[in-house]
Amino acid sequence: MDAIILQVLNGLEKGGAYALIALGLTLIFGTLGVVNFAHGALFMLGAFCAVIMRSLLTYEVATGEVEATAWGTEVAVTTPYVTNLFGDFGNTLIDWAVPVSILLTIPVMLIVGLVMERGLIRHFYKRPHAEQILVTFGLAIVLAELIKAQFGANPIPVPEPAALGGMADFSGIFGSEPGTITYPMWRFVYFLFSAFIILVVFCFLKFTTFGMVVRAGMEDRETVGLLGINIGKRFTFMFAVSAMIAGLAGAMYTPIISPDYNIGMEFLVLSFVVVVVGGMGSLGGAVSAGFLLGLLQSFSAMNEVKAIIPGIDQIIIYLVAIIVLLVRPRGLMGRKGVMET
Amino acid sequence: MSLIKKNLDRRGVLKGSAAAGLAAPMFFNGSAFAEGENYLNAPKGKSVTFGFNVPQTGAYADEGADELRAYKLAVKHLNGEGDGGMMNTFKPSNLKGNGILGKKVEFVTGDTQTKSDAARSSAKKMIEADKAIMITGGSSSGVAIAVQSLCQEAGVIFMAGLTHSNDTTGKDKRANGFRHFFNGFQSGAALAPVLENAYGKDRKAYHLTADYTWGWTIEQSISEATQAKGWETVETVRTPLGAGDFSQYLTPVLNSGADVLVLNHYGKDMVNSLTQAVKFGMRDKQVNGKDFTIVVPLYSRLMAQGAGENVKGIFGSTNWHWSLTDDGSKAFVKSFGQEYGFPPSQAAHTCYVQTLLYANAAETAGTFNPCGIVEALEDFEFDGLGNGPTLYRGADHQCFKDVLVVKGNENPTSKFDILEVVEVTPAEQVIYDPEHEMFAGGELGECNAGAA
Repeated sequence: MDAIILQVLNGLEKGGAYALIALGLTLIFGTLGVVNFAHGALFMLGAFCAVIMRSLLTYEVATGEVEATAWGTEVAVTTPYVTNLFGDFGNTLIDWAVPVSILLTIPVMLIVGLVMERGLIRHFYKRPHAEQILVTFGLAIVLAELIKAQFGANPIPVPEPAALGGMADFSGIFGSEPGTITYPMWRFVYFLFSAFIILVVFCFLKFTTFGMVVRAGMEDRETVGLLGINIGKRFTFMFAVSAMIAGLAGAMYTPIISPDYNIGMEFLVLSFVVVVVGGMGSLGGAVSAGFLLGLLQSFSAMNEVKAIIPGIDQIIIYLVAIIVLLVRPRGLMGRKGVMET
Repeated sequence: MSLIKKNLDRRGVLKGSAAAGLAAPMFFNGSAFAEGENYLNAPKGKSVTFGFNVPQTGAYADEGADELRAYKLAVKHLNGEGDGGMMNTFKPSNLKGNGILGKKVEFVTGDTQTKSDAARSSAKKMIEADKAIMITGGSSSGVAIAVQSLCQEAGVIFMAGLTHSNDTTGKDKRANGFRHFFNGFQSGAALAPVLENAYGKDRKAYHLTADYTWGWTIEQSISEATQAKGWETVETVRTPLGAGDFSQYLTPVLNSGADVLVLNHYGKDMVNSLTQAVKFGMRDKQVNGKDFTIVVPLYSRLMAQGAGENVKGIFGSTNWHWSLTDDGSKAFVKSFGQEYGFPPSQAAHTCYVQTLLYANAAETAGTFNPCGIVEALEDFEFDGLGNGPTLYRGADHQCFKDVLVVKGNENPTSKFDILEVVEVTPAEQVIYDPEHEMFAGGELGECNAGAA
């Protein structure tokens, strides 16, 4: 039972990441009709916003002392400048670099989204999906290579705040012995964070005039346009918002997986599967499918399951996608007619 | 210092040259391979070209970059530039610092992308278009095995870079291929006694293993070595290469009854699985009345940097480390550090050493003919290259030398000071029979000198 609860927690945390990326993907598809293969790269850029924030906070200045190296040269002894400037508060800032990086991630990703949509994506609205995929995939490779050129190929460790770095004990909630159901605190924080962002996006679309217009535009862009509303401008903004969501998902994920230039690609394929299973353009579908596939992936990795179907953990997501595409091509919550003949 | 007796009746390496119509004695004689013989890419001018085939893109690009730095340094030293590095400590050596056999060493580079097909393509291009006489490099066993096989078919020498799978000099060994780097079996043989001393005999180990050739052989090697010390292997679980998030594989460990987690992962997988295992509280956990512990059989300092503080106190093994204090290591660290501003990695070390060993073999044989190189390298015993007295065993082209057991440094003094050497396991303790079951199933075959 304890093992099952732990896998549920795993599934929720994984699902949170999948849902956040898939939410942005499906928003872009639903509003602009673009299949954005660069969405994983936006997740990666968000992760590197956290890396940059930590690098900025830990930028070191020379203390004036030098020390000898093993190869016979001397190097200057350094210390982070924020520690020099602010003492203990500086150390706290470094410790909380990941949450603080949200302040950098939001404007950076909004700008990246706007530049991407205005500079490149809008030229491909009327082009076939295959060309959209090619150009956005090409863009993803370019962004990844730029990051690699700057930060190298190795993963860069970005720790979570010490206060959120331990294990959360859920044993009491489930009536188990203390210490039997423990889960990394930051992973649980990530699940709460993703749930919060999803809630905010849904409230924004549901309860604001702007959101209502966007939803109307997703249903029938032409009619909304005929009413004199500049729906294109709103869709451009939604592209930037989608980029920001992916970026936030990436920034907060850095303590879970040390980011490298390829981290976006690893999530991209899974997120597309999530969108296809949930239904292209369906926000609810993306979120539901994200959590569903996260849970399935976690349970399929249990040794008891693998003893019955060896290797199921490596194919479960794709197996579900194949079944959904065969049985219900529009996805679990997709609109009728989308991806159906 | 001899680890085995040289067997003069073993396969005559000259058999490979027989196809070229050469008459030769059945014992080594450098003059038998005089210049002008009929072999692939025989250098005609005043220079000779090496092919450095390393990952310049992909997950191991940083390791590949360090390998390339080492190769360039080796070329510099061979051509008589710089301080000479390990050429000053290498013995017995015929290297003169004027190139090789009077020819200036030049090089071309290829990008393996850590993919077997890309690595084979770039090696093929270097052999066919750039006329490379020797191919070297790689940061993956899958790649090394693929390129080694290509070099055998083409008729050039392959000096493997970082490859740790038993198969490279086991079932996939080739006469034209040589490995200086240690292997999974040797990691197990070196680690098991240290683990027994540190954690006792009564331990239950749970293995998470990267699902490819290297992972399988290291899992078998560590399992068997630790079981021989009394440990029990409670579960072995294969994980997909590049899984990223290992949480679904780590949570079953918590309730498995195991008190040791062995992470048979390398590179990014190691960084991720180790970091996540620590964050799942496994370093602070108590199971069966004992402190839970994690073991990483193959450490790379470059990769360990990605795991940050999570490596502290965790045992593993490594081929070489820059903190060694023998004359060869000190000379190499000084040379490399002054050139690039930081210490070399184990990948850089093995690549530098392989280049010097090839060059010395050519000088000794008096030719670049692959069969002459093979003859000169087989059962060659040397010292001064950082791992103590070393034997290049003729039976499988595997080097036998001391193996380092390391531990994540609890009190690092610099960002390079991530690992500390806790034991230097002597070569005698990690040697094995060439027909050992973990290495059986392949044939070295005959050397191939290719066709001109």
